[in-house]
Amino acid sequence: MKAVRPGDWLVIAAGLLATAATAAAQWGRGAPAMAQVRLDGRIVAELPLTGTHRIALDGALGARGQTVIEVEPGRARIAADPGPRQYCVQQGWLTRAGSVAVCAPSHISLQLVGPDGAHDTVAF
Amino acid sequence: MAPSAATLQVEPSARDRRLARYAAAAIAASLVEAAIPSPLPGVKPGLANIVILIVLARHGWRDAAWVSVLRVVAGSLLAGQFLAPGFFLAGIGALTSLAVLGALQAVPWHWLGPIGRSVAAAFAHIGAQLLLARLWLVPHDGLFNLAPVFFGAALLFGILNGIVAARLMQEKT
Repeated sequence: MKAVRPGDWLVIAAGLLATAATAAAQWGRGAPAMAQVRLDGRIVAELPLTGTHRIALDGALGARGQTVIEVEPGRARIAADPGPRQYCVQQGWLTRAGSVAVCAPSHISLQLVGPDGAHDTVAF
Repeated sequence: MAPSAATLQVEPSARDRRLARYAAAAIAASLVEAAIPSPLPGVKPGLANIVILIVLARHGWRDAAWVSVLRVVAGSLLAGQFLAPGFFLAGIGALTSLAVLGALQAVPWHWLGPIGRSVAAAFAHIGAQLLLARLWLVPHDGLFNLAPVFFGAALLFGILNGIVAARLMQEKT
């Protein structure tokens, strides 16, 4: 008897389909649509993640320099900040909906938002 | 000791001995597998299922169910996992895949071979384990983020175990 029989192909195909469908459902919706920039909790800029943008704004440490936010298709980052520890800059490019970079000394945050609002927080 | 009137002699039947032999092979397979490091709890080759598939093909579903249940209970005793969370996960996985294998017995073997049955059982196994883990151990939907990894592993190891079982059956019959 043949080792691989017609029903086997059917089951394997169903398994592939189930794996692909769960992968798409679980991992596919992380694509962010918008970058929100907040200063003192208020949204000061909303940048679509389709083009390239670069904005500079004065945060709470304005006297020491500006905070620079860069947006490229599908990702955004804080390119520069006058804060002493540079946590938000070192976080690098944000690519997933819901991820946040916070420059606490400057009172500035950058958050990526998905098409359906995504999550309130992301915990690691 | 000489048998007396007060001694109850239970003579194991040929089927009992056969089941014990298969169960021993399945337990050995799961103990060997316990020694293989896994990157993620839940991703395992499921080598014991090769034995279950062979029993299913040669002796039918009832014998396969016996071997599978004996494998889970005795295997967990030997691994020190009896009544630990892993025991219940193994149990629900084994029972669910047995149910699926039982339902698939209605499909003739010349149409659906060991590979298809192995893949179906692997998906039933991990699916039930995921649900139990979600309800009981990790009550958060974040667990399902790993579902594609588990399903991919079920597909891969299901196919591999099915191929091994098919080859072993060809050799010995």
